[in-house]
Amino acid sequence: MSAHTARKRAFVPELLGRSDYAIIGQIVEPNTRVLDLGCGEGELLEWLAHNKNVDARGVEISGAKVQRAIARGVSVFQSDIDAGLADFPGQAFDYVILSQTLQETRHPREVLREMLRVGLRGIVAFPNFGHWAVRLSMLTSGRAPRTSLFPYEWYDSPNIHFLTVQDFENLAAAEGFRVERRYFLAGHRTVTWLPNLLAEVAVYLVSQA
Amino acid sequence: MIVTADTVRFDSLPLDNGATLGPVEIAYESYGELNATKSNAILVLHAFSGDAHAAGPGPEDGKPGWWDNMIGAGKAFDTNRYCVICSNVLGGCRGTTGPASINPATGCPYGLTFPVITIGDMVRLQRMLVDSLGIPRLLAVTGGSMGGMQALEWAVAHPDRVVSAIPIATTARHSAQQIAFNEVGRQAIMADPNWNGGDYYGKEPPGRGLAVARMVGHITYMSDHSMREKFGRRLRGKEAFGFDFEVDFEVENYLRYRGTQFVSRFDANSYLYISKAMDYFDLTGGQASLAVAFQPARARFLVISFSSDWLYPSYQSQEMVRALRARNCDVAYVELESSYGHDSFLVDVAEQSSLVRGFLASTFEKLA
Repeated sequence: MSAHTARKRAFVPELLGRSDYAIIGQIVEPNTRVLDLGCGEGELLEWLAHNKNVDARGVEISGAKVQRAIARGVSVFQSDIDAGLADFPGQAFDYVILSQTLQETRHPREVLREMLRVGLRGIVAFPNFGHWAVRLSMLTSGRAPRTSLFPYEWYDSPNIHFLTVQDFENLAAAEGFRVERRYFLAGHRTVTWLPNLLAEVAVYLVSQA
Repeated sequence: MIVTADTVRFDSLPLDNGATLGPVEIAYESYGELNATKSNAILVLHAFSGDAHAAGPGPEDGKPGWWDNMIGAGKAFDTNRYCVICSNVLGGCRGTTGPASINPATGCPYGLTFPVITIGDMVRLQRMLVDSLGIPRLLAVTGGSMGGMQALEWAVAHPDRVVSAIPIATTARHSAQQIAFNEVGRQAIMADPNWNGGDYYGKEPPGRGLAVARMVGHITYMSDHSMREKFGRRLRGKEAFGFDFEVDFEVENYLRYRGTQFVSRFDANSYLYISKAMDYFDLTGGQASLAVAFQPARARFLVISFSSDWLYPSYQSQEMVRALRARNCDVAYVELESSYGHDSFLVDVAEQSSLVRGFLASTFEKLA
Protein backbone atom coordinates (compact mmCIF):
# COMPACT_ATOMS: atom_id res chain seq x y z
CA MET A 1 0.00 0.00 0.00
CA SER A 2 1.43 3.36 -0.97
CA ALA A 3 0.93 6.66 0.82
CA HIS A 4 -1.23 7.73 -2.10
CA THR A 5 -3.78 4.92 -1.77
CA ALA A 6 -3.79 5.42 1.98
CA ARG A 7 -5.55 8.74 1.44
CA LYS A 8 -8.62 6.96 0.15
CA ARG A 9 -10.84 5.34 2.76
CA ALA A 10 -9.59 1.92 1.80
CA PHE A 11 -10.71 -1.29 3.39
CA VAL A 12 -7.89 -2.95 5.35
CA PRO A 13 -8.29 -6.69 5.87
CA GLU A 14 -7.16 -8.39 9.02
CA LEU A 15 -3.95 -10.32 9.32
CA LEU A 16 -4.00 -12.73 12.26
CA GLY A 17 -7.07 -10.86 13.50
CA ARG A 18 -5.48 -7.41 13.38
CA SER A 19 -5.60 -4.60 10.85
CA ASP A 20 -2.30 -3.06 11.98
CA TYR A 21 -0.64 -6.42 11.28
CA ALA A 22 -2.06 -6.31 7.76
CA ILE A 23 -0.35 -2.97 7.18
CA ILE A 24 2.92 -4.16 8.71
CA GLY A 25 2.67 -7.28 6.55
CA GLN A 26 2.46 -5.00 3.49
CA ILE A 27 5.30 -2.72 4.53
CA VAL A 28 7.92 -5.40 5.21
CA GLU A 29 9.88 -6.32 2.09
CA PRO A 30 10.72 -9.98 1.43
CA ASN A 31 14.06 -11.51 2.45
CA THR A 32 14.83 -8.86 5.07
CA ARG A 33 15.94 -9.00 8.72
CA VAL A 34 13.15 -8.20 11.15
CA LEU A 35 13.14 -7.66 14.91
CA ASP A 36 9.77 -7.51 16.68
CA LEU A 37 9.84 -5.83 20.08
CA GLY A 38 7.17 -7.12 22.42
CA CYS A 39 6.42 -9.90 19.93
CA GLY A 40 4.06 -11.82 22.22
CA GLU A 41 3.71 -15.39 21.03
CA GLY A 42 5.49 -14.62 17.76
CA GLU A 43 2.45 -14.95 15.43
CA LEU A 44 3.45 -11.96 13.28
CA LEU A 45 7.07 -13.11 13.05
CA GLU A 46 5.97 -16.60 12.07
CA TRP A 47 3.73 -15.13 9.36
CA LEU A 48 6.55 -12.90 8.07
CA ALA A 49 9.02 -15.80 8.08
CA HIS A 50 6.68 -18.03 6.09
CA ASN A 51 5.21 -15.44 3.73
CA LYS A 52 8.07 -12.98 3.29
CA ASN A 53 10.98 -15.28 4.05
CA VAL A 54 12.36 -12.81 6.57
CA ASP A 55 15.04 -13.57 9.13
CA ALA A 56 12.76 -13.16 12.15
CA ARG A 57 13.76 -12.37 15.73
CA GLY A 58 11.71 -11.27 18.68
CA VAL A 59 11.96 -9.86 22.19
CA GLU A 60 9.28 -10.56 24.77
CA ILE A 61 9.23 -10.16 28.52
CA SER A 62 6.62 -12.81 29.36
CA GLY A 63 8.27 -16.20 29.80
CA ALA A 64 5.06 -18.05 28.94
CA LYS A 65 4.72 -16.13 25.65
CA VAL A 66 8.40 -16.66 24.81
CA GLN A 67 7.92 -20.38 25.32
CA ARG A 68 5.01 -20.50 22.88
CA ALA A 69 6.95 -18.41 20.36
CA ILE A 70 10.00 -20.70 20.49
CA ALA A 71 7.75 -23.75 20.32
CA ARG A 72 6.37 -22.41 17.03
CA GLY A 73 9.92 -22.11 15.75
CA VAL A 74 10.51 -18.37 16.10
CA SER A 75 13.77 -17.11 17.63
CA VAL A 76 12.61 -15.06 20.57
CA PHE A 77 14.48 -14.15 23.69
CA GLN A 78 13.10 -13.17 27.01
CA SER A 79 14.04 -9.62 27.88
CA ASP A 80 12.73 -6.23 28.85
CA ILE A 81 12.57 -3.92 25.82
CA ASP A 82 13.64 -0.95 27.91
CA ALA A 83 16.87 -2.76 28.81
CA GLY A 84 17.14 -5.19 25.93
CA LEU A 85 18.51 -3.46 22.84
CA ALA A 86 21.82 -2.15 24.10
CA ASP A 87 23.69 -5.35 23.18
CA PHE A 88 22.70 -5.30 19.52
CA PRO A 89 25.20 -3.95 17.03
CA GLY A 90 24.05 -0.96 14.95
CA GLN A 91 21.91 -1.55 11.84
CA ALA A 92 21.55 -5.25 12.60
CA PHE A 93 18.02 -5.27 11.15
CA ASP A 94 16.16 -3.88 8.15
CA TYR A 95 13.01 -3.37 10.21
CA VAL A 96 12.39 -3.08 13.93
CA ILE A 97 8.70 -3.49 14.74
CA LEU A 98 7.04 -1.99 17.79
CA SER A 99 3.43 -3.01 17.51
CA GLN A 100 1.09 -1.66 20.20
CA THR A 101 3.96 -1.73 22.66
CA LEU A 102 5.34 1.85 22.71
CA GLN A 103 2.72 2.99 25.22
CA GLU A 104 3.78 0.16 27.55
CA THR A 105 7.48 1.01 27.69
CA ARG A 106 9.04 2.90 30.55
CA HIS A 107 11.27 5.08 28.38
CA PRO A 108 9.54 5.32 24.99
CA ARG A 109 11.83 7.99 23.57
CA GLU A 110 14.94 5.92 24.34
CA VAL A 111 13.26 2.83 22.89
CA LEU A 112 12.55 4.72 19.65
CA ARG A 113 16.14 5.96 19.47
CA GLU A 114 17.44 2.45 20.07
CA MET A 115 15.07 1.05 17.42
CA LEU A 116 16.54 3.34 14.82
CA ARG A 117 20.07 2.55 15.94
CA VAL A 118 19.72 -1.25 15.57
CA GLY A 119 17.34 -1.04 12.59
CA LEU A 120 17.44 0.84 9.30
CA ARG A 121 13.69 1.43 9.64
CA GLY A 122 11.22 1.36 12.48
CA ILE A 123 7.57 0.37 12.20
CA VAL A 124 5.61 1.82 15.11
CA ALA A 125 1.93 1.03 15.66
CA PHE A 126 0.10 2.55 18.61
CA PRO A 127 -3.44 3.26 19.81
CA ASN A 128 -4.30 6.94 19.41
CA PHE A 129 -5.14 8.57 22.73
CA GLY A 130 -6.47 11.60 20.84
CA HIS A 131 -9.37 9.64 19.30
CA TRP A 132 -12.73 11.37 19.80
CA ALA A 133 -14.12 8.50 21.87
CA VAL A 134 -11.26 8.85 24.36
CA ARG A 135 -11.80 12.60 24.59
CA LEU A 136 -15.54 12.14 24.97
CA SER A 137 -15.14 9.46 27.63
CA MET A 138 -13.01 11.69 29.78
CA LEU A 139 -15.15 14.78 29.18
CA THR A 140 -18.43 13.10 30.06
CA SER A 141 -17.32 10.76 32.85
CA GLY A 142 -14.68 12.95 34.48
CA ARG A 143 -12.66 9.80 34.97
CA ALA A 144 -9.66 8.24 33.27
CA PRO A 145 -11.02 7.36 29.84
CA ARG A 146 -12.19 3.82 29.05
CA THR A 147 -12.94 2.92 25.46
CA SER A 148 -12.70 -0.16 23.28
CA LEU A 149 -9.11 0.94 22.50
CA PHE A 150 -8.26 1.63 26.13
CA PRO A 151 -10.43 -0.85 27.98
CA TYR A 152 -8.50 -0.96 31.25
CA GLU A 153 -9.13 0.54 34.63
CA TRP A 154 -6.43 3.09 35.41
CA TYR A 155 -4.93 0.82 38.09
CA ASP A 156 -4.49 -2.32 36.00
CA SER A 157 -3.61 -0.84 32.61
CA PRO A 158 -0.39 -2.04 30.95
CA ASN A 159 -0.28 1.37 29.24
CA ILE A 160 1.93 3.77 31.12
CA HIS A 161 2.60 6.43 28.47
CA PHE A 162 -0.37 7.76 26.52
CA LEU A 163 0.26 9.42 23.19
CA THR A 164 -1.73 10.84 20.32
CA VAL A 165 -1.02 10.97 16.60
CA GLN A 166 0.01 14.59 17.04
CA ASP A 167 2.31 13.69 19.95
CA PHE A 168 4.12 11.15 17.79
CA GLU A 169 4.44 13.63 14.91
CA ASN A 170 5.92 16.20 17.30
CA LEU A 171 8.39 13.73 18.81
CA ALA A 172 9.45 12.46 15.38
CA ALA A 173 10.12 16.04 14.28
CA ALA A 174 12.00 16.87 17.48
CA GLU A 175 14.12 13.73 17.23
CA GLY A 176 14.76 14.21 13.55
CA PHE A 177 13.11 10.94 12.52
CA ARG A 178 12.04 10.79 8.91
CA VAL A 179 8.43 9.64 8.54
CA GLU A 180 8.48 7.59 5.34
CA ARG A 181 4.85 6.46 5.52
CA ARG A 182 1.94 6.92 7.88
CA TYR A 183 -1.29 4.94 8.07
CA PHE A 184 -4.36 5.75 10.14
CA LEU A 185 -7.00 3.20 10.92
CA ALA A 186 -10.52 3.24 12.32
CA GLY A 187 -11.82 -0.29 12.44
CA HIS A 188 -11.13 -1.78 9.03
CA ARG A 189 -11.03 1.57 7.25
CA THR A 190 -8.18 3.94 6.66
CA VAL A 191 -8.75 7.47 7.92
CA THR A 192 -8.17 10.23 5.38
CA TRP A 193 -8.69 13.42 7.37
CA LEU A 194 -8.37 14.63 10.98
CA PRO A 195 -6.38 11.54 11.97
CA ASN A 196 -5.67 12.86 15.45
CA LEU A 197 -9.42 12.90 16.09
CA LEU A 198 -10.61 9.99 13.97
CA ALA A 199 -7.83 7.39 13.93
CA GLU A 200 -8.02 4.58 16.45
CA VAL A 201 -4.64 3.14 15.52
CA ALA A 202 -1.68 4.75 13.78
CA VAL A 203 1.12 2.91 11.97
CA TYR A 204 4.32 4.79 11.13
CA LEU A 205 7.27 3.78 9.05
CA VAL A 206 10.18 5.87 10.27
CA SER A 207 13.90 6.02 9.64
CA GLN A 208 16.87 8.03 10.79
CA ALA A 209 16.99 11.23 8.77
CA MET B 1 13.75 -47.33 17.90
CA ILE B 2 16.96 -48.49 16.23
CA VAL B 3 19.74 -48.56 18.81
CA THR B 4 23.45 -48.89 18.08
CA ALA B 5 26.16 -49.23 20.73
CA ASP B 6 29.75 -49.26 19.59
CA THR B 7 33.28 -48.17 20.40
CA VAL B 8 35.59 -46.43 17.93
CA ARG B 9 39.37 -46.42 18.28
CA PHE B 10 41.74 -43.67 17.12
CA ASP B 11 45.54 -43.84 17.07
CA SER B 12 46.08 -40.47 18.71
CA LEU B 13 44.36 -37.36 20.00
CA PRO B 14 46.17 -34.00 20.26
CA LEU B 15 45.40 -32.29 23.57
CA ASP B 16 45.14 -28.65 24.66
CA ASN B 17 48.04 -29.12 27.09
CA GLY B 18 50.33 -29.87 24.14
CA ALA B 19 50.56 -33.62 24.72
CA THR B 20 49.22 -36.34 22.48
CA LEU B 21 47.17 -39.19 23.87
CA GLY B 22 46.98 -42.51 22.07
CA PRO B 23 45.43 -44.78 21.34
CA VAL B 24 42.01 -43.43 22.34
CA GLU B 25 38.71 -45.24 22.39
CA ILE B 26 35.31 -43.55 22.45
CA ALA B 27 32.10 -45.39 23.37
CA TYR B 28 28.84 -44.17 21.88
CA GLU B 29 25.21 -45.11 21.41
CA SER B 30 22.84 -43.91 18.71
CA TYR B 31 19.09 -43.93 18.43
CA GLY B 32 17.11 -43.63 15.22
CA GLU B 33 18.41 -43.68 11.67
CA LEU B 34 20.60 -41.33 9.67
CA ASN B 35 18.80 -40.09 6.55
CA ALA B 36 20.32 -40.35 3.06
CA THR B 37 22.10 -36.98 3.25
CA LYS B 38 23.08 -37.49 6.92
CA SER B 39 21.51 -34.13 7.74
CA ASN B 40 19.40 -35.32 10.68
CA ALA B 41 22.11 -36.16 13.22
CA ILE B 42 21.89 -34.70 16.72
CA LEU B 43 24.82 -35.01 19.11
CA VAL B 44 23.69 -35.18 22.71
CA LEU B 45 26.40 -34.34 25.25
CA HIS B 46 26.21 -35.71 28.74
CA ALA B 47 26.76 -33.91 32.03
CA PHE B 48 29.48 -34.54 34.61
CA SER B 49 28.58 -38.06 35.72
CA GLY B 50 26.60 -39.20 32.67
CA ASP B 51 27.54 -41.68 30.00
CA ALA B 52 26.77 -42.73 26.43
CA HIS B 53 23.57 -44.46 27.50
CA ALA B 54 21.17 -41.56 27.00
CA ALA B 55 17.95 -43.34 26.01
CA GLY B 56 16.15 -46.66 25.99
CA PRO B 57 16.61 -49.58 28.38
CA GLY B 58 20.20 -50.38 29.33
CA PRO B 59 21.66 -53.47 27.66
CA GLU B 60 22.50 -55.14 31.00
CA ASP B 61 20.35 -53.69 33.76
CA GLY B 62 17.46 -52.40 31.63
CA LYS B 63 17.71 -49.00 33.32
CA PRO B 64 16.51 -46.11 31.14
CA GLY B 65 19.11 -43.70 29.79
CA TRP B 66 19.81 -40.40 31.54
CA TRP B 67 17.70 -38.37 29.06
CA ASP B 68 15.18 -41.09 28.22
CA ASN B 69 12.35 -38.58 28.82
CA MET B 70 13.74 -36.38 26.03
CA ILE B 71 14.97 -38.91 23.45
CA GLY B 72 12.76 -41.44 21.69
CA ALA B 73 9.91 -41.90 19.25
CA GLY B 74 7.62 -38.86 19.46
CA LYS B 75 9.72 -37.22 22.17
CA ALA B 76 11.52 -33.85 21.95
CA PHE B 77 14.52 -35.46 20.21
CA ASP B 78 12.23 -37.54 18.03
CA THR B 79 14.01 -40.68 16.88
CA ASN B 80 11.42 -41.09 14.12
CA ARG B 81 12.85 -37.94 12.50
CA TYR B 82 16.37 -37.59 13.85
CA CYS B 83 19.36 -39.77 14.56
CA VAL B 84 20.52 -39.05 18.11
CA ILE B 85 24.13 -39.85 19.06
CA CYS B 86 25.64 -39.76 22.54
CA SER B 87 29.22 -40.65 23.50
CA ASN B 88 31.01 -41.00 26.81
CA VAL B 89 33.42 -38.09 27.39
CA LEU B 90 37.18 -38.28 27.25
CA GLY B 91 38.46 -38.91 30.79
CA GLY B 92 35.30 -40.83 31.63
CA CYS B 93 34.99 -44.33 32.98
CA ARG B 94 32.11 -45.70 30.92
CA GLY B 95 33.82 -46.99 27.81
CA THR B 96 35.84 -43.98 26.65
CA THR B 97 39.54 -43.69 27.47
CA GLY B 98 40.17 -42.21 30.91
CA PRO B 99 42.49 -42.51 33.91
CA ALA B 100 41.25 -46.04 34.64
CA SER B 101 42.19 -47.22 31.13
CA ILE B 102 45.35 -49.22 30.54
CA ASN B 103 48.32 -47.14 29.40
CA PRO B 104 49.80 -49.23 26.54
CA ALA B 105 53.27 -47.91 27.38
CA THR B 106 53.23 -49.46 30.85
CA GLY B 107 50.51 -52.08 30.73
CA CYS B 108 49.04 -50.50 33.87
CA PRO B 109 46.10 -48.10 34.40
CA TYR B 110 47.04 -44.47 33.75
CA GLY B 111 46.00 -43.19 37.16
CA LEU B 112 47.52 -39.74 37.64
CA THR B 113 49.79 -40.18 34.64
CA PHE B 114 46.70 -39.52 32.53
CA PRO B 115 47.06 -36.02 31.02
CA VAL B 116 44.88 -33.21 32.35
CA ILE B 117 42.17 -32.70 29.76
CA THR B 118 39.79 -29.90 28.76
CA ILE B 119 36.26 -29.52 27.40
CA GLY B 120 38.00 -28.65 24.11
CA ASP B 121 39.77 -32.04 24.15
CA MET B 122 36.48 -33.83 24.77
CA VAL B 123 34.90 -32.05 21.83
CA ARG B 124 37.91 -32.73 19.57
CA LEU B 125 37.47 -36.46 20.19
CA GLN B 126 33.72 -36.19 19.52
CA ARG B 127 34.54 -34.44 16.26
CA MET B 128 36.71 -37.42 15.27
CA LEU B 129 33.80 -39.72 16.06
CA VAL B 130 31.41 -37.62 13.97
CA ASP B 131 33.93 -37.66 11.11
CA SER B 132 34.25 -41.43 11.34
CA LEU B 133 30.47 -41.72 11.06
CA GLY B 134 30.64 -39.63 7.87
CA ILE B 135 28.35 -36.89 9.18
CA PRO B 136 29.15 -33.59 7.44
CA ARG B 137 27.10 -31.32 9.74
CA LEU B 138 25.24 -31.93 12.96
CA LEU B 139 21.66 -30.68 12.95
CA ALA B 140 22.11 -29.91 16.64
CA VAL B 141 24.57 -30.22 19.48
CA THR B 142 22.89 -30.18 22.86
CA GLY B 143 23.28 -30.93 26.52
CA GLY B 144 22.76 -29.64 30.02
CA SER B 145 25.38 -28.52 32.51
CA MET B 146 28.79 -29.81 31.34
CA GLY B 147 26.95 -31.05 28.21
CA GLY B 148 25.99 -27.44 27.52
CA MET B 149 29.63 -26.39 27.80
CA GLN B 150 30.53 -28.96 25.15
CA ALA B 151 27.70 -27.68 22.94
CA LEU B 152 29.10 -24.13 23.22
CA GLU B 153 32.61 -25.39 22.50
CA TRP B 154 31.35 -27.21 19.40
CA ALA B 155 29.64 -24.07 18.11
CA VAL B 156 32.81 -22.01 18.47
CA ALA B 157 35.55 -24.56 17.68
CA HIS B 158 33.79 -26.35 14.79
CA PRO B 159 31.30 -23.77 13.45
CA ASP B 160 31.10 -25.32 9.98
CA ARG B 161 29.95 -28.62 11.49
CA VAL B 162 27.06 -27.34 13.60
CA VAL B 163 23.68 -26.12 12.32
CA SER B 164 22.26 -25.39 15.76
CA ALA B 165 23.23 -25.52 19.41
CA ILE B 166 21.00 -26.00 22.46
CA PRO B 167 23.01 -25.29 25.63
CA ILE B 168 20.86 -25.87 28.72
CA ALA B 169 21.44 -24.89 32.37
CA THR B 170 25.06 -24.07 31.66
CA THR B 171 27.69 -21.36 31.50
CA ALA B 172 30.31 -20.04 29.11
CA ARG B 173 32.81 -20.02 31.97
CA HIS B 174 32.95 -21.71 35.35
CA SER B 175 32.47 -19.26 38.21
CA ALA B 176 34.38 -19.12 41.49
CA GLN B 177 31.45 -20.81 43.24
CA GLN B 178 31.33 -23.64 40.69
CA ILE B 179 35.08 -24.17 40.96
CA ALA B 180 34.77 -24.10 44.75
CA PHE B 181 32.22 -26.91 44.89
CA ASN B 182 34.32 -29.00 42.50
CA GLU B 183 37.39 -28.42 44.66
CA VAL B 184 35.54 -29.66 47.75
CA GLY B 185 34.71 -32.85 45.84
CA ARG B 186 38.31 -33.33 44.74
CA GLN B 187 39.65 -32.70 48.24
CA ALA B 188 37.21 -35.27 49.66
CA ILE B 189 38.57 -37.88 47.24
CA MET B 190 42.22 -37.01 47.76
CA ALA B 191 41.78 -37.01 51.56
CA ASP B 192 40.68 -40.64 51.44
CA PRO B 193 43.77 -42.75 52.30
CA ASN B 194 42.65 -45.34 49.75
CA TRP B 195 43.11 -42.77 46.99
CA ASN B 196 46.87 -43.31 47.34
CA GLY B 197 47.97 -40.65 44.86
CA GLY B 198 45.53 -42.03 42.30
CA ASP B 199 47.10 -45.49 42.38
CA TYR B 200 44.31 -47.71 43.71
CA TYR B 201 43.31 -49.87 40.73
CA GLY B 202 43.11 -53.52 41.72
CA LYS B 203 42.90 -52.43 45.36
CA GLU B 204 40.26 -50.88 47.58
CA PRO B 205 39.08 -47.66 45.81
CA PRO B 206 38.63 -44.35 47.72
CA GLY B 207 34.91 -45.01 48.16
CA ARG B 208 34.40 -42.83 51.23
CA GLY B 209 35.94 -39.79 49.58
CA LEU B 210 34.10 -40.31 46.31
CA ALA B 211 30.79 -40.75 48.16
CA VAL B 212 31.29 -37.49 50.08
CA ALA B 213 32.14 -35.72 46.81
CA ARG B 214 28.91 -37.03 45.31
CA MET B 215 26.89 -35.96 48.36
CA VAL B 216 28.11 -32.38 47.95
CA GLY B 217 27.30 -32.59 44.25
CA HIS B 218 23.74 -33.74 44.89
CA ILE B 219 23.10 -30.81 47.24
CA THR B 220 24.11 -28.41 44.47
CA TYR B 221 21.84 -30.17 41.94
CA MET B 222 18.72 -29.65 44.05
CA SER B 223 17.09 -26.49 45.39
CA ASP B 224 16.08 -25.49 48.89
CA HIS B 225 12.49 -25.84 47.72
CA SER B 226 12.88 -29.30 46.21
CA MET B 227 14.75 -30.59 49.28
CA ARG B 228 12.08 -29.19 51.59
CA GLU B 229 9.42 -30.83 49.48
CA LYS B 230 11.20 -34.15 49.10
CA PHE B 231 12.56 -34.59 52.65
CA GLY B 232 11.50 -31.75 54.92
CA ARG B 233 12.67 -32.64 58.43
CA ARG B 234 11.22 -36.13 58.21
CA LEU B 235 13.03 -38.79 60.20
CA ARG B 236 14.18 -42.00 58.59
CA GLY B 237 12.49 -45.10 60.05
CA LYS B 238 12.22 -43.68 63.57
CA GLU B 239 9.83 -41.66 65.71
CA ALA B 240 12.44 -39.71 67.70
CA PHE B 241 16.06 -38.57 67.36
CA GLY B 242 18.60 -41.33 67.91
CA PHE B 243 20.96 -39.06 69.85
CA ASP B 244 23.85 -40.55 67.92
CA PHE B 245 25.47 -40.03 64.51
CA GLU B 246 23.57 -42.70 62.63
CA VAL B 247 21.00 -41.56 60.09
CA ASP B 248 18.24 -39.49 61.70
CA PHE B 249 16.84 -37.52 58.77
CA GLU B 250 15.52 -38.67 55.40
CA VAL B 251 17.86 -36.24 53.66
CA GLU B 252 20.88 -37.84 55.32
CA ASN B 253 19.75 -41.24 54.20
CA TYR B 254 19.19 -40.00 50.65
CA LEU B 255 22.65 -38.43 50.38
CA ARG B 256 24.37 -41.50 51.85
CA TYR B 257 22.47 -43.74 49.45
CA ARG B 258 23.36 -41.56 46.46
CA GLY B 259 26.98 -41.44 47.59
CA THR B 260 27.48 -45.18 47.96
CA GLN B 261 25.51 -45.93 44.80
CA PHE B 262 27.80 -43.59 42.85
CA VAL B 263 30.94 -45.42 44.02
CA SER B 264 29.80 -48.59 42.27
CA ARG B 265 29.59 -46.90 38.89
CA PHE B 266 32.15 -44.09 38.86
CA ASP B 267 35.92 -43.86 39.03
CA ALA B 268 37.38 -41.41 41.56
CA ASN B 269 40.18 -40.31 39.24
CA SER B 270 37.64 -39.60 36.48
CA TYR B 271 35.92 -37.35 39.00
CA LEU B 272 39.17 -35.40 39.45
CA TYR B 273 39.92 -35.09 35.74
CA ILE B 274 36.44 -34.25 34.51
CA SER B 275 35.74 -31.73 37.28
CA LYS B 276 39.06 -30.05 36.48
CA ALA B 277 38.09 -29.83 32.80
CA MET B 278 34.89 -28.03 33.82
CA ASP B 279 36.82 -25.62 36.02
CA TYR B 280 39.21 -24.81 33.18
CA PHE B 281 36.28 -24.11 30.86
CA ASP B 282 36.18 -20.47 29.82
CA LEU B 283 34.99 -19.85 26.30
CA THR B 284 36.51 -16.37 26.47
CA GLY B 285 39.93 -18.05 26.60
CA GLY B 286 41.93 -14.87 27.10
CA GLN B 287 40.03 -12.89 24.47
CA ALA B 288 38.66 -9.41 25.12
CA SER B 289 35.07 -10.48 25.73
CA LEU B 290 32.63 -13.32 25.38
CA ALA B 291 31.20 -11.57 22.31
CA VAL B 292 34.64 -11.72 20.67
CA ALA B 293 34.91 -15.40 21.63
CA PHE B 294 31.60 -16.12 19.89
CA GLN B 295 32.82 -14.50 16.67
CA PRO B 296 33.34 -17.79 14.77
CA ALA B 297 29.92 -19.18 15.78
CA ARG B 298 27.44 -19.60 12.92
CA ALA B 299 24.86 -21.82 14.58
CA ARG B 300 21.31 -21.03 15.52
CA PHE B 301 21.06 -21.08 19.31
CA LEU B 302 18.38 -22.06 21.79
CA VAL B 303 19.51 -21.24 25.33
CA ILE B 304 17.47 -22.46 28.31
CA SER B 305 17.95 -21.80 32.02
CA PHE B 306 15.85 -22.65 35.07
CA SER B 307 14.57 -20.26 37.73
CA SER B 308 15.63 -22.37 40.74
CA ASP B 309 19.05 -23.44 39.37
CA TRP B 310 21.51 -21.81 41.75
CA LEU B 311 24.49 -23.88 40.57
CA TYR B 312 24.25 -22.55 36.99
CA PRO B 313 22.12 -19.46 37.59
CA SER B 314 20.20 -17.75 34.79
CA TYR B 315 22.53 -14.75 34.77
CA GLN B 316 25.19 -16.99 33.22
CA SER B 317 22.86 -17.99 30.38
CA GLN B 318 21.83 -14.36 29.94
CA GLU B 319 25.47 -13.37 29.72
CA MET B 320 26.02 -15.75 26.81
CA VAL B 321 22.76 -14.67 25.16
CA ARG B 322 23.82 -11.02 25.31
CA ALA B 323 27.19 -11.89 23.81
CA LEU B 324 25.50 -13.86 21.00
CA ARG B 325 23.16 -10.94 20.39
CA ALA B 326 26.12 -8.58 20.16
CA ARG B 327 27.38 -10.83 17.36
CA ASN B 328 23.91 -10.70 15.80
CA CYS B 329 23.63 -14.49 16.10
CA ASP B 330 20.23 -16.14 15.78
CA VAL B 331 19.45 -16.84 19.43
CA ALA B 332 16.32 -17.78 21.35
CA TYR B 333 16.36 -17.72 25.13
CA VAL B 334 13.95 -18.38 27.94
CA GLU B 335 14.20 -18.99 31.66
CA LEU B 336 11.81 -21.80 32.57
CA GLU B 337 10.02 -21.82 35.90
CA SER B 338 10.93 -24.94 37.84
CA SER B 339 11.53 -25.76 41.48
CA TYR B 340 13.93 -28.66 40.88
CA GLY B 341 17.14 -26.65 40.84
CA HIS B 342 19.95 -27.66 38.50
CA ASP B 343 18.36 -31.10 38.02
CA SER B 344 15.42 -29.45 36.24
CA PHE B 345 16.84 -30.18 32.79
CA LEU B 346 16.77 -33.90 33.64
CA VAL B 347 13.50 -34.20 35.53
CA ASP B 348 11.16 -31.30 34.67
CA VAL B 349 11.12 -31.66 30.91
CA ALA B 350 7.55 -30.91 29.72
CA GLU B 351 8.15 -27.26 28.79
CA GLN B 352 11.74 -27.92 27.75
CA SER B 353 10.41 -30.58 25.36
CA SER B 354 8.01 -28.23 23.59
CA LEU B 355 10.78 -25.65 23.13
CA VAL B 356 13.26 -28.18 21.76
CA ARG B 357 10.66 -29.81 19.50
CA GLY B 358 9.65 -26.50 17.88
CA PHE B 359 13.21 -25.23 17.60
CA LEU B 360 14.48 -28.43 15.98
CA ALA B 361 11.52 -28.67 13.58
CA SER B 362 12.01 -25.12 12.31
CA THR B 363 15.79 -25.57 12.08
CA PHE B 364 15.39 -28.82 10.12
CA GLU B 365 12.78 -27.18 7.87
CA LYS B 366 15.14 -24.31 7.01
CA LEU B 367 17.82 -26.82 5.97
CA ALA B 368 15.59 -28.36 3.33
